[in-house]
Amino acid sequence: MRYMTAETAEAASSALAAEPGLARVLAGGTDLLVQLKAGMIRPDLVVDIKKIPGIREITAENGGWRIGAAVANAELKEHPGVKADWPGVVEGANLIGSTQVQGRCTMAGNLCNGSPAADAVPGLVAADASVTVVGPSGTRVVKVADIPAGPGRTTLAKGEIVTAIHLPAKAARSSDAYLRFIPRTEMDIAVAAAAVSLTLSEDGTITAARVALGAVAPKVVLADASTIIGTKLDDAALAALAKAAEAVCNPIDDKRGTIEFRTSTAGVLARRAAVIAYNRAKGVK
Amino acid sequence: MALDDQKRAFKYVGTTPNRPDGVDKVTGKAQYGADITAPGMLMGAVLRSPHPHARIVSIDTSAAEAMPGVRAVVTGKDFPAVEDQGFADIGETCMARDKVLYDGHPVAAIAATTPAIAKAAIRAIKVEYAPLPHVTDVDEAMLPDAPVVLEGRALEHVPAGMSQNVTNTCEFGHGDLEAGFTKADLILERSFKVGAAHQGYIEPNACMASYAADGRADLYCCTQGHFFVRAVCSALMGMEASQLRVTASEIGGGFGGKTTVFVEPVALMLSKKSGRPVKLVMTRDEVFKATGPTVHASVDCKIGMTKDGRITAGDMTLRYSGGAWPSGTIEMGAQAGFAAYDMPAVRTLGWTALTNRPKEISYRAPGAPQAVYAVESLIDEMCQQLGLDPVETRLKNAARKGTLSSYGVTFDDIGMVATLEAAKAHPHWSAPLGPNQGRGIAAGFWFNFGGNTCVSLNINADGTASVTEGNPDIGGSRASISLMAAEELGIPYDNIRTIVADTASLGYNDNTDGSRVTFAVGLATIKAARAAIKVMCDRAAAMWGIDAEAVEWIDGAAVPAGPNAGKFPPMSLAEIAAMSFQTGGPIAGHHEVNVDGAGVSFGVHICDVEVDPETGHTLVTRYTVAQDAGKAVHPTYVEGQMQGGAVQGIGWALNEEYIYGRDGRLQNAGFLDYRIPVASDLPKIDTVILEIPNPGHPYGVRGVGETPIVPPLAAVTNAVSRAIGKRMYQVPMSPPRIMTTIKGK
Amino acid sequence: MKSIPVSTTINGDPVEFLCTPDEPLLDVLRNRLGLTGAKEGCGTGDCGACSVTVNGRLVCSCLVLGVEVEGAQIETIEGMAHGETLHPLQRHFIEKAALQCGVCTPGILVAAKSLLEKNASPTDEEVRYWLAGNLCRCTGYDKIIEAVQSAAAEMRGEV
Repeated sequence: MRYMTAETAEAASSALAAEPGLARVLAGGTDLLVQLKAGMIRPDLVVDIKKIPGIREITAENGGWRIGAAVANAELKEHPGVKADWPGVVEGANLIGSTQVQGRCTMAGNLCNGSPAADAVPGLVAADASVTVVGPSGTRVVKVADIPAGPGRTTLAKGEIVTAIHLPAKAARSSDAYLRFIPRTEMDIAVAAAAVSLTLSEDGTITAARVALGAVAPKVVLADASTIIGTKLDDAALAALAKAAEAVCNPIDDKRGTIEFRTSTAGVLARRAAVIAYNRAKGVK
Repeated sequence: MALDDQKRAFKYVGTTPNRPDGVDKVTGKAQYGADITAPGMLMGAVLRSPHPHARIVSIDTSAAEAMPGVRAVVTGKDFPAVEDQGFADIGETCMARDKVLYDGHPVAAIAATTPAIAKAAIRAIKVEYAPLPHVTDVDEAMLPDAPVVLEGRALEHVPAGMSQNVTNTCEFGHGDLEAGFTKADLILERSFKVGAAHQGYIEPNACMASYAADGRADLYCCTQGHFFVRAVCSALMGMEASQLRVTASEIGGGFGGKTTVFVEPVALMLSKKSGRPVKLVMTRDEVFKATGPTVHASVDCKIGMTKDGRITAGDMTLRYSGGAWPSGTIEMGAQAGFAAYDMPAVRTLGWTALTNRPKEISYRAPGAPQAVYAVESLIDEMCQQLGLDPVETRLKNAARKGTLSSYGVTFDDIGMVATLEAAKAHPHWSAPLGPNQGRGIAAGFWFNFGGNTCVSLNINADGTASVTEGNPDIGGSRASISLMAAEELGIPYDNIRTIVADTASLGYNDNTDGSRVTFAVGLATIKAARAAIKVMCDRAAAMWGIDAEAVEWIDGAAVPAGPNAGKFPPMSLAEIAAMSFQTGGPIAGHHEVNVDGAGVSFGVHICDVEVDPETGHTLVTRYTVAQDAGKAVHPTYVEGQMQGGAVQGIGWALNEEYIYGRDGRLQNAGFLDYRIPVASDLPKIDTVILEIPNPGHPYGVRGVGETPIVPPLAAVTNAVSRAIGKRMYQVPMSPPRIMTTIKGK
Repeated sequence: MKSIPVSTTINGDPVEFLCTPDEPLLDVLRNRLGLTGAKEGCGTGDCGACSVTVNGRLVCSCLVLGVEVEGAQIETIEGMAHGETLHPLQRHFIEKAALQCGVCTPGILVAAKSLLEKNASPTDEEVRYWLAGNLCRCTGYDKIIEAVQSAAAEMRGEV
């Protein structure tokens, strides 16, 4: 295995594209080093992207936020602006691993690892966030939802790297929330997860909403949010949302949860996350 | 002697000084198994079977041997045949011979100059397997047509016609069951399942072996018993015990799991073949796959009770599997199940069956939690059905002094009633509960053990004392031993240093297990101190020119007594020690004994939980442990045992189990999915230490380490069952299992 | 695999080492530099026994490559005491019996120190969540929380 630090995104991309063997990007390394340890992969080249200018920075852009791909989630948590605008995104990112893992792991890495249970991804999808992708054929901006392709796979081409995540401007009277189910209180992989992002009219009626579910399908899926749009999140709307969430679940049966359990739990979480997001949007704690 | 001693006012015993190994352990200096190095040391690695059950057709190590940096390759063929069946079984867990019997079973090992080369060489070994049908569940393994794990291993008294996997059966009890059940107003019979839990010690098994060309060898390892390591390794290597010196490193947790060997014989053989020291350290997934968890169990339990809560009869059938080799744990489970109660009629019938899982090794009170869980759950369900208070019902049936126990012994002074009364009196028991909350209570029992023990105690010329004992310190025992030596000698705790010596320095010591160390090593220390005191009294008498019989040892000094009382001022230990070279030479005491008389111990736990009715998520919100310690030598460390054991039980009750796929492979060989409790999962664990002196120890000490893991499976189950309004019959109570019960499927 | 030279600062001392590109910082500390205070309990970031700080940030050293710490400031358990003077956390861990086997202790101490540097007055719940990635199998955590809180109180000058 060779190790290189890239000074620019283009240099990283070229090196990754030129590598005939297995190449991997290193940002926080909290998935990569686990895979190395387990012998799951034996890369020929690892490209450390943390030295690329701006890649560890959070900056305001277009009323929203640009989060460099190598920003550790602990740094994200300490950024008051992002947390105020997108509390659900930040709480999802901050549920990954331990305090120690938070010191290293990144949202972009969580996305590119391709796990269906990635905690950072449902929040980003619900927020309709995008990523900048730099590759051999140039730079493109892609919706986060279009990056995962299935367990352990992404739509990124060889040599393409994510350099930044873009969170859109927060609309007035809007907020988001993320909930996941794990058996313990910390340290587990999500068994089911739900992120809800919504916007209210002045009278508290939901005018826009996105509901993204994690760990219940090969990749993050959106539930039919029309179940709550136009409502004030009354019990009927919540019940309809839970049902809509269950309807899009296509989970696996494994050591962490059964199909039935994951499905019913996704519905419960979608309902509960919607209530939290709704109250946040209304300014209720 | 005993009773007077137990009632004395203690000066040091019962205080809570700092442990002698504390500074090393908070500064990173303490050396654990993987921290030991030697000049020229090689690194080992092990190739493991991916199959749960297969015949080894061939192993081709030629490519690995040809790699630069590879210095030795070991397979099962390198080890001589061993006559002793127990040792032979342990040997096969360390290195397979003809068959692999579980996912992770070692088939070859490498020693190389770097870990990377060792790992690469492992990948270069080619093994051809002929897969065989496998079985990983105890109930399936007992079916007549189950795949046979090992042939010809059933004990003679196992009835004919059963699967060859059934290797042992046992029965305990007394009284007329039929008559007992006839007197009952309510008879309930339930079936329970208990998953296999791993000890989950944070330090993976590790050792460093150095075998010299003349046949001598040194071995450093993290173990609960280096004398046993010497016995088994010397047998497997075909060495004389005297030629193998084993030194125990600091140990990063054991809980029973380090009472055997998994890597040590392999490291020795690699060292022998390479002529260099070899370090062998397991990775975490190797620990889970290939060291022993405890047994998994299937239990049928039937109890008869009168409507006022008197148990009239109990009948239980236990089926345990300890993996691919015969296991004796069933006997302890069958004896422990009903031991907390005064049973007019009782029977426990035990079965053991082989499965394609790693060889079970002890886990804190081995065998007892599984059996007691069934009894304590069923009693709780019966209390619910009859509208009885679960503490009062247990008090009504509690075993007391003079009770004929379910396993045949008649109890002496015991603490079952006292611990129940303590639980009843604790504010926790009567505190209000919120919505979706439930409270469970359960009792637990453990035998406690004594065993072979040697202690040497040297009086130093400066008036201090050095205690040499042979039991690895897994939780502060050096401090407790020093406290007892201080108490006897009458010198301050800080003037004593206790060390754990290697196998060449003392006679045989049984493992640090069975909750035996504070009890048995403590007893031997007290006796060794008394032997040294005898010498010191003799020396003082000689200096005074009086009869040695007329000298007493009071408060750290020789004092003339009887006709000579008051004739001379007391002569302190320091004064006698300072004169020792002139009065006959160095002064020491020692004691070697196979200790009997470990008093049994009871504990009662109260658990509150809150269950999310929509997801089954369960949070333990309050927990209290009451336990009889006999005499708490170092009360803070006793509390630590009670808290740690309770939390291990909570983890087992809610999350911990070995999960095998249909392919017979272990699916959760890591801390990510073998979920032990984390700090945020838990409330404060409140403790109540009771002291009902053990008649078998000079100070009344009972072992305390194991009992606390016995009640939690049922305490948590009873809390969850009451919170959700339906009974749970399987642990761990994973959220999907709780939801299935809530939804009534 | 060709080794790479790395210059770094560990516990205030300049340190240079060679390591292979795939070698975790934990292995460098333990096998190359003789700093065996950090332990490998899992090697996958699940147990926290290998906790160190890199540039002031608490991390699992098993999840950092040795080659990544070029120019970094690293603090390990070996740097926590000053000469014969233990850090208050170290002293309170001994006095409150917050360790039994002690193998998780170095990682927990490093993590707890990092917490108290950010938050001098954490609640019990904050301590428990901060330390959720530090597995302890012996104590049930009770006495660990107690020791962190009593050390924090002393560090705040309340004792």
